[in-house]
Amino acid sequence: MEWLNAVVQGTLLGGLYALFAAGLSLIFGVMRLVNIAHGDLIVMAAYLGLTATVVLGIHPLVALIVVIPAMAGIGYVLQRGILNRTLGDDLLPPLLVTFGLSVIIQNALLEGYTADPQKMNAGALETASLSVGGLSLGILPVLTFAVAVAVIAGLQWMFYHTALGRAFRAVSDNQDIAQLMGLNKRHIFGLAMALALAVTAIAGIFLGIRTSFDPSIGGGRLIFGFEAVIIGGLGNLWGTLAGGVILGVAQTVGAKIDPGWQVLSGHIAFLLILAVRPQGLFPRVSG
Amino acid sequence: MNLDSYTVTRGSKSAKIAAILGLIVIVILITAPWWAGRADMRLLGELFLYLALASLWNLMAGYAGLVSVGQQAYVGFGGYMLFALTIFGGVNPVFAIALAGLLGAAIAVPVAALIFRLRGAYFAIGTWVMAEVFRLSFAQVGALGGGSGTSLPVGIVRSMADGRSAREALSYWLALGVATLVVAAVYLFLRSRKGLALTAIRDNELAAGSLGIDIFRTKFLVYIVTCAMTAMVGALIFLQKLRISPDAAFSVNDWTAFVIFIVVIGGIGTIEGPIIGTLIFFALRETLADLGTIYLMVLGLVAIVIMLKAPKGIWGLIKDRMNLQIFPLGYRVETPDENKGA
Repeated sequence: MEWLNAVVQGTLLGGLYALFAAGLSLIFGVMRLVNIAHGDLIVMAAYLGLTATVVLGIHPLVALIVVIPAMAGIGYVLQRGILNRTLGDDLLPPLLVTFGLSVIIQNALLEGYTADPQKMNAGALETASLSVGGLSLGILPVLTFAVAVAVIAGLQWMFYHTALGRAFRAVSDNQDIAQLMGLNKRHIFGLAMALALAVTAIAGIFLGIRTSFDPSIGGGRLIFGFEAVIIGGLGNLWGTLAGGVILGVAQTVGAKIDPGWQVLSGHIAFLLILAVRPQGLFPRVSG
Repeated sequence: MNLDSYTVTRGSKSAKIAAILGLIVIVILITAPWWAGRADMRLLGELFLYLALASLWNLMAGYAGLVSVGQQAYVGFGGYMLFALTIFGGVNPVFAIALAGLLGAAIAVPVAALIFRLRGAYFAIGTWVMAEVFRLSFAQVGALGGGSGTSLPVGIVRSMADGRSAREALSYWLALGVATLVVAAVYLFLRSRKGLALTAIRDNELAAGSLGIDIFRTKFLVYIVTCAMTAMVGALIFLQKLRISPDAAFSVNDWTAFVIFIVVIGGIGTIEGPIIGTLIFFALRETLADLGTIYLMVLGLVAIVIMLKAPKGIWGLIKDRMNLQIFPLGYRVETPDENKGA
């Protein structure tokens, strides 16, 4: 029963990792960009949420109304102002520029909010639980998982059933021809980054309610998101959710064996999958 | 003007002058323990070690196209090997540095076999995951102090040399020696047949492959050699610090972020770039370090601006303006007129 509990809790934790990963997966799919600052942007969203709850006195989930548009706006400006200039055949500029951004965001947060760990107060939601078949499930992890499924279903629907999704797929397939067909790829990339950071905002808020956070944890969140993307297979959003779940289960089961092994066993699961199936479990596009 | 009056040459006058100047500088630096203060020597020693790390990262990222954000894995590994070999094996510290390099190469082989499955940017994050695996693994080793780390026993420190100043001089010379060795090795490697292959891969991977260059093998070799030397530098870094902990040994900021900024600001894909970048980095650090986090933000901003506006870095700007080269790698044709002019 304890092991079953670890697997269930890990699955729910996987929902949070899928939220970390969905934004990464989306921008890689649309413009083949890997954003090293992604984890720091998640932490930044958590701090924005914290500020909103403190200043406006609202519940963290209500703060999403403010944080999502703010992050989306930042994403659009960031893409059109800086990141679009780095896209091209050369791999170095996007990597090194987003790496520089990561250091800037991390130290700006350190300057603004100090290194003290912070946490968002979500009141009764944090401790509420329901019992299902002898297992006790926290409402918050269940809600996180449900939101992750909803976000991925929403992105999937948007990708295949809307004009914007068609534009995303078009620039992903061939940027030049999409441009010839009248799409402005710079604008499309801006929208993709805005959407990715809107998802990041959700991830940041749920992270900030679940655990305490400080400016230095961005790198770790990037790695979890990245592992979920690679385990699931590039370009497959449902695969990313599966990847997040596998990572989450590996971590909780590892922690069950020895508390010091939680994060390490997640990494080991990732390396095993990389050794056996380097293209991930459910790949859709080739890297 | 007939064809005979043209000459194909690798060297140039500026390179010869630079070589002589470089030798003089090295000789002056060797004598530093007799004229420099304790603090200055410490700073210089650190500068040499960063120069070595930057040159190695540049060889990997700038020439082999292997952008790693996880070289702290090998810095920390080398440091831990130094501690393990000297504490448990009773190995002489200087000899342990060389052994740490060999062990670094040995561990890099299976690591490369795994992460070479990842392409491009995903390779970069894969290297970071490996560094985290190293950090978390060493934090589990109780004999080396676990998560809180350990210090080098006094007996081992004393065994290096008699007296504090002799020990500091030795570790200074080791740092200078490693930096010189790394820069010279990178230079000679790039002038060799394998280096030519590597330069071809950097310029156009597809074309290089079609000319019969084994791209995977060349990159694999560069990765292993770079990681071995990075582990040696790491061992030396922690021989100077005398204390090691997982967070310090596998710090992404200290051993990768700074190194990347050095290379990008100085000029990626050139031998001169890391040298210039290291000098600028230390000049900035000594003047702006009091600003703390703002200093790091400035550094990040400078790196972004350079990457967007002058991707070849400061050395690239100098080279283009003045047609200067200090470490001649390519061949060039000189016309008689140019000879007179130069």
